[in-house]
Amino acid sequence: MTALFFYLFSTVAVASAFMVIAARNPVHSVLYLILAFVNAAGLFILLGAEFLAMLLVVVYVGAVAVLFLFVVMMLDVDFAELRQGFLQYLPIGGLIGLIFLVELVLVVSTWSISPDALQVPLASNAPLEGITNTEAIGRVLYTRYAYFFQAAGLILLVAMIGAIVLTLRERAGVKRQDISAQNARDPKEVLTLHDVPSRKGLPESVS
Amino acid sequence: MSFTDILWTVGIAALKSVGLLVCLLVYIAFALYADRKVWAAVQMRRGPNVVGPWGLLQSFADLTKFFFKEPIIPASANKGVFLLAPFIFATLSLAAWAVIPLAEGWAIADLNVGVLYIFAISSLGIYGVIMGGWASNSKYPFLGALRSTAQMVSYEVSIGFVIVTVLMCAGSLNLTKIVESQNQYGIFGWYWLWLFPMFVVFFISALAETNRPPFDLPEAESELVAGYMVEYSSTPFLLFMLGEYVAIMLMCAMGTILFLGGWLPPVPYAPFTWVPGVVWFVLKASLFFFMISMVKAFVPRYRYDQLMRLGWKVFLPISLVMVILVATVLKVTDLAPKSPEPPPAPVATKAVIQ
Repeated sequence: MTALFFYLFSTVAVASAFMVIAARNPVHSVLYLILAFVNAAGLFILLGAEFLAMLLVVVYVGAVAVLFLFVVMMLDVDFAELRQGFLQYLPIGGLIGLIFLVELVLVVSTWSISPDALQVPLASNAPLEGITNTEAIGRVLYTRYAYFFQAAGLILLVAMIGAIVLTLRERAGVKRQDISAQNARDPKEVLTLHDVPSRKGLPESVS
Repeated sequence: MSFTDILWTVGIAALKSVGLLVCLLVYIAFALYADRKVWAAVQMRRGPNVVGPWGLLQSFADLTKFFFKEPIIPASANKGVFLLAPFIFATLSLAAWAVIPLAEGWAIADLNVGVLYIFAISSLGIYGVIMGGWASNSKYPFLGALRSTAQMVSYEVSIGFVIVTVLMCAGSLNLTKIVESQNQYGIFGWYWLWLFPMFVVFFISALAETNRPPFDLPEAESELVAGYMVEYSSTPFLLFMLGEYVAIMLMCAMGTILFLGGWLPPVPYAPFTWVPGVVWFVLKASLFFFMISMVKAFVPRYRYDQLMRLGWKVFLPISLVMVILVATVLKVTDLAPKSPEPPPAPVATKAVIQ
């Protein structure tokens, strides 16, 4: 049963990951990317890591990919122009790809893991009885790795402030709504009541 | 597990799901009717009153109409995505119901991360809207889809923090345990009282998250005709419509579970405890829905910048402060839910590394 779902999720994930780069329409690419994310979440569930799976869906699919899609939909991509130089750049692109492939093969083939290191995760991650994996993650994250967790948060905060600072600009002549100023207006100062006589209209001084 | 066992479990789950869906859809048919009746009553109209006694069968008449109309697909639409969008929207909003416990032990899947599951699934529903708006290849749907994206992403943040405060009080992500944690002092033990500001934030964010008035900017008919649904007709339109109401009912159920004590009776004594839990649940969800439809009737639509201001500059700070406040209070008063003692820290780890 588990094997069946594993093959289902992984096949769809790999196929949709391939379609991300193969699809002609960038919006379709992003949609395939989302499908790949969802299947990765399915794989997490099979591993028993349901908290990570849900976070993957909430963060990547629910927020990050939405913004991707948002940007990609707004882009005005001319496909004909994009494909024009395809053959021209094929040799150099292929060469770079080949170099990367060779490097990867070299790295992976000589990769060795210290037998001591293999012992570590097994020793510290012994299954805890009566504890859901949400709690298990929380216990590790907020005790042993609390400083790293905080540091990661600070880095994200800096990135966020940086993005805001880079794009914030004061423009002259823009009308903005200031709610507190509106609420602070006193009717006595800004409103006057007039009796307008019929067929006379407002006196000159008011209008 | 043998093959017949698997078949048996899957079959039972499927039967339960079908039962839930049928009940849910019938309930929604009448909720839709009630929505229109409430709206009409506030505006001193009669509302639907022709089909069936007092117009009770109006929703079913609409349903049949949608089925027998011709589905029109615009020539320049991206056909696959165009048809996929309403399907995804409806399916996802129905899928979230799998973890809702209607009474004690009545959930189809009692997940440990139930709240997160609902949060994740309801944040996916937005894809139906975006895909529909984009695939229609037309200006109004596209604008509607863009608005919807920004709106849902903004209000998800405050809903997330609301959920976090409730979780801190309940000490679990499991929906059943969240309800059980409110099981004291009857109606005064539910979180609506203890976390009242968050209840208000949740209610308003739920309106924004489900594109209900006064935040129905993605389909603002005075500006965008019908927003992302402009190009849809017949069954695809029905699916969008249905998905929207299922999502609204889901928010009602969420509000009931998180703040109104789920299936618990308001007074924990004799005649009230005899009533089955599911009745209380449906009553509470209906109350929540009634509030939502009243808001539709008497609050004018927000402007888009006001909507964004409310989400980011009012709700986000309020909910952040509340998260800190609740955490502090729980810590100081030692009321925080206890979990089993942590196992002894692995001492051997360092020795192995060295």
